[in-house]
Amino acid sequence: MTITESKKEKDLGFFVRNQSIVVPIVAIFVAFVLGGILISLQGVNPLVAYRAIFSEAWFDSDGLLRTFQKTTPLVLAGLAVTVALRIGLFNIGAQGQLISAALASALAGIYITNLPPILHVIVSLVCGVVVGALWAAIAGLLKAYRGVHEVISTIMLNSIAVGILDYLVSNPFREPDQSLQRTKKIAESAILPNFGVIPFGFILAILVCLLVSWMLNRTTAGFRFNTVGKNKFAASYAGINMKLMIVTGMLLSGGLAGLGGAIETLGITYRFEPAFNSGLGFDGITIALLARSNPLATIPAAILVGTLRAGGASLQFNTGIEPEIVDVLLAITLLLVSAPILAKFLFKGKAQKTANVTSGWGS
Amino acid sequence: MLDFISDNKKSLITLGLVTVIAYVFYFLDEIRTTSVLVFGWGYAVPLVLAAMVGIIGERSGVVNIGIEGQMLMSAFAGFFGSVFTGSIYLGMIIGILTGVLMGAFLAVAAVKWEMDQIIAGVVINIVAAGLTSFFYAQGKTLPELMPVVSIPLLSDIPLIGPVFFRNGLFALSTLFIVVAVNYALFKTRWGLRSRSVGEYPSAADAAGINVTRVRMMNVTLAGALAGCAGAFLALEAAGTFARGLTAGRGFLALAIMIFGAWNPMGALAAALFFGLSTAIASQLQADEVINIPQQFVNLLPFVMTLIVLSIAVGRVRPPAAAGQPYTKEG
Repeated sequence: MTITESKKEKDLGFFVRNQSIVVPIVAIFVAFVLGGILISLQGVNPLVAYRAIFSEAWFDSDGLLRTFQKTTPLVLAGLAVTVALRIGLFNIGAQGQLISAALASALAGIYITNLPPILHVIVSLVCGVVVGALWAAIAGLLKAYRGVHEVISTIMLNSIAVGILDYLVSNPFREPDQSLQRTKKIAESAILPNFGVIPFGFILAILVCLLVSWMLNRTTAGFRFNTVGKNKFAASYAGINMKLMIVTGMLLSGGLAGLGGAIETLGITYRFEPAFNSGLGFDGITIALLARSNPLATIPAAILVGTLRAGGASLQFNTGIEPEIVDVLLAITLLLVSAPILAKFLFKGKAQKTANVTSGWGS
Repeated sequence: MLDFISDNKKSLITLGLVTVIAYVFYFLDEIRTTSVLVFGWGYAVPLVLAAMVGIIGERSGVVNIGIEGQMLMSAFAGFFGSVFTGSIYLGMIIGILTGVLMGAFLAVAAVKWEMDQIIAGVVINIVAAGLTSFFYAQGKTLPELMPVVSIPLLSDIPLIGPVFFRNGLFALSTLFIVVAVNYALFKTRWGLRSRSVGEYPSAADAAGINVTRVRMMNVTLAGALAGCAGAFLALEAAGTFARGLTAGRGFLALAIMIFGAWNPMGALAAALFFGLSTAIASQLQADEVINIPQQFVNLLPFVMTLIVLSIAVGRVRPPAAAGQPYTKEG
């Protein structure tokens, strides 16, 4: 073997070792190329369209604030899915947990009065977290005690949440004399402030991310989570209470999604309106799979999705391309990071296995 | 025939009981009963077809959470296929072929690549939602309506005739499809092979059955039924396409599959139960017998799914190898 060949091997080794970073980046690149083809089929130069997205999202102070605002709930939604994946639960219901929490914290922000500002914010946030956690706990309890698969129960709970919230904002809690179905604005004392272009909620989301990462990697509780996720039977044999773990996992996951909804209400929208948070929970799935269930990696993944969502809104105005192109870009990325095809193509036999959550209907 | 009756005793008794009750109501109030049954069967058709997709997949060992997305893509392709070709029949074929394509997609991802089956299905759903909402174009209408066909003699039976035997092509074929899937699964060589692959793949492998090929084929062909379900929604039930048209029916179908104990006839009974309860609730609401907000009436199928699942799971046994990729040893 010549020197150049062994050096080449070494360079490749770096990529093989870090394929959990390399694969998503290549996937995003491929998605942008394919998306670019779709855009040019509609008679628009894809480079112009992509520049419109990114200049709108990053190189404009209003846009930058909007990007961070979009990113904030996405970090937490992605984290919610990630935490559940770590113990082998696939929480498709971040959406339902997030929106019910968004309404709960809006109600706390409107109807609880006479509280000093900081306390009011905390109380409203807690209301959201608790409601999100409880909504997810229904799926956890059904899974632990009745064996109902969480993918189906959380999807059903999403639809149920949408229906109940639709009723609540169209009747008892509707803003008077408004054609839109939405609640009143929350009180000044419940508002989460912005620091320039950085919303306070974003800082909070990053802190929670660090906390969850520490919890999963450095504490006994995290060790239990990972053991259950790696091998249920071994965990059960080692004396870990599986039922308790499932319910705790869903509570934690739902609480995180709920925090995302609460921050969005208190720091961004200042009221609850059903159209505000559609699709956040599903972006959370994309983010979690893009981040390969690594809590810290949800931050860059969420920033990417937040950028596309913030910039995509202006796309139609500037180029006539429908903002749904973002859905296509994310779908292709998701496909490439979750299916092993890209990793196998890049690394052949050295490809790592992707996430695994399958459990039967009865367990 | 006798085998069929003794094998499906429970489902047939349920169906018989429902029929008798339906006739009692029919003599009390002809118009309302007919309209409830028509609504109920229309609601049940896509659920039954989608449940067949789940049953064929899981009986051969592949969990299909992506039925929702497969249906959505087929509904989309069926509708816009009709619009651009100007023929509803070509649209039907395009819809069904799209279903097959989506089936093949899951087959390759879950069986060939051994991707996690649940994640593969969820990815199919998200991809389908993304693609159909990007390519969706507003303001298109179907070139023609789905023709209504009456089967001679059968369609003259009071009540049952107009409900089951005077319908669009998809709704008309559904009963036959269910009986055919039931027969194929339990009475043919293909069915025996499929079930052995879903119960005990290594034994099937030892007996010389190509596990991967059986699974790939079944999941792909089951996609055709998801195509029927989707095309039914767009071409026959709604007569149009809208973003998110399937509205969770693919997941309701999985609940129906479990409730029906992975049995085509059982799934038919379960889907009728869902359809009729929804129809009765809407009728009571329309007659102002009960007065609950419309939003809550719409939630009924979802709440029922949770209740039904929490009762049924554990009492019925899923195919033993459902959800487990099979890797040939050695």
